[in-house]
Amino acid sequence: MTQEIIYSIGGVLLFCIGLYGLIACEHLFRKILSFNIMGGGVFLFLVSIALNGDNTPDPVPHAMVLTGIVVTVSATAFALALLRRINSGTGAETLGRLEQDASDLDG
Amino acid sequence: MQEIITTAPWGALMVVIPLAAAAASYLFPWRSALMAASAIAFPAAFYSLALLARDVWVSGAVRYRIGGWGSPLGIDLFADGLSILMLFMTIVVVMAASIYSSFYFSGDVERKRSFWPLWMFLWAGLNGVFLSGDVFNLYVTLEVMVIASVALISLKGGREALLSGMRYFLVSVLGSLSYLMGVAMLYGSYGILDIGALGRTIGPDPAAQIAIVLIVTGLLAKTALFPLHFWLPKAHASAPVPVSAALSALVVKAPFYIILRLWTDVFSHDIISHAGLMLGVLGSVAIIWGGVMALRQTRLKMLVAYSTVSQIGYLFLFFPMAGSSDAFLGCVYQALSHGLAKASMFLAAGNLIKALGSDLIEDLRGLRQRLNISTFAFGLAGISLMGLPPGAGFIAKWQLLKASIETGQWWWAIIIVAGGLLAAGYLFPVLRNIISQSQDPVECAKVPFGMEAAAIVLAVLSLVLGIAAAVPLSLFRTALL
Repeated sequence: MTQEIIYSIGGVLLFCIGLYGLIACEHLFRKILSFNIMGGGVFLFLVSIALNGDNTPDPVPHAMVLTGIVVTVSATAFALALLRRINSGTGAETLGRLEQDASDLDG
Repeated sequence: MQEIITTAPWGALMVVIPLAAAAASYLFPWRSALMAASAIAFPAAFYSLALLARDVWVSGAVRYRIGGWGSPLGIDLFADGLSILMLFMTIVVVMAASIYSSFYFSGDVERKRSFWPLWMFLWAGLNGVFLSGDVFNLYVTLEVMVIASVALISLKGGREALLSGMRYFLVSVLGSLSYLMGVAMLYGSYGILDIGALGRTIGPDPAAQIAIVLIVTGLLAKTALFPLHFWLPKAHASAPVPVSAALSALVVKAPFYIILRLWTDVFSHDIISHAGLMLGVLGSVAIIWGGVMALRQTRLKMLVAYSTVSQIGYLFLFFPMAGSSDAFLGCVYQALSHGLAKASMFLAAGNLIKALGSDLIEDLRGLRQRLNISTFAFGLAGISLMGLPPGAGFIAKWQLLKASIETGQWWWAIIIVAGGLLAAGYLFPVLRNIISQSQDPVECAKVPFGMEAAAIVLAVLSLVLGIAAAVPLSLFRTALL
């Protein structure tokens, strides 16, 4: 019982830390890391739901976590590729920098 | 609502066909192979959709268990009148934009090679959203859609496209994870993922309330409702033209469809008081703000993109009047009519920009070679967006007006009318510029007939949808009520 609660609270905390990082961090790589932390929080929360006191955990949250990990890995790979393209093309590593450069180009 | 379990795989084919087409167009990227793939994929998808629609027409709602596994571990596909209409809009817009793309990307071998697989993945993701029967599957299909659409936005390269692609991606991921956390909480409380079953068990307890706030907020960021719309105009304006059309017409509708579906099927117990009112207020602000921002734009594609911000606002007027069936019909009709009209308008705007080589509204005066078809398409789509008869937008806004009077919430009527006037305000100057004669006309590039035809077909369909409104409306009356 207590184990479940610790995991759930841990999951929610990770989710919040990731959320903060995604909004507050400037650097795009940190943003990508942050959404992975957010995802980790959700998955930990799901795993804690699966522990329902019995010896056999509920398989459905496990299936959701596995699917979620596949989705997050592909999203991360895609985001990293996009970041590399941004960085090699423009040298910018934050959205603010990129925006500034774009408006310089316009003006 | 009655519902049958079917073994006919028409719904599953709607997802399998685009996926197969995506794989085929990646492996065989030659022109003849692409033509062959689309010549098979589109008719086959249309045929499956027609049969699925027939089943829904006959039996109200259809459920298909993939591989024979039932919920909770299996995946159920679910279709009712609402799904069918969204699927029809999707296939029509995707087909028209595909024809447009085959001319748009001709000569650009490298982009064409990446465009077709991504485009088909986007279509598969959209169909998946409209057919999902459980809340977790919706998360997966949303992600397929997002990754495909961000890749399509960034296809053009260049700072503007990469910047808006990345921003859209980050907002989307934030929305998806917030949605997933909400789903996890719902599962933790009720042990159910199926939408229908959730609706029967959910009650007004704190866990459900937090879950709903997380789910709806996450989806609002993806739908770009004011004030979470900041990513939309640049993303939609800097994408390649056929992608802009699909983004505005379809991709923002998918998360909205999920909100609507959950609101009507799951959150029906009034779990959070005043939430509907709040969404209505945000929608109203979006209508006015999007309209005013559209008035101030100097670039044509930005104007059309801000118009999307405004038109999305109308969709959310449903929530404060959720009890009224007129409001529901108006909201769905708004989604359909905006889908067709906005796709047509983006394609027509793309043609004008291609002819001029400039996307400044001011430069439209120099249009010598008249591009009659595209101008006409732009005008017809405009009629629907302004909510003038006989466009489908008129039916949508009329139903919403009727609902606001019937439910005694007359203040929404003022917003609806003001939004229509604003739309006229930002669209008429563009048309005036196109039609007016310039002192020194510039040389215009030639626009292939296929690109003009794609725009006009969608515009005419948005008009037909207005004139023949009885057919889709009766699909609802039999299916939903």
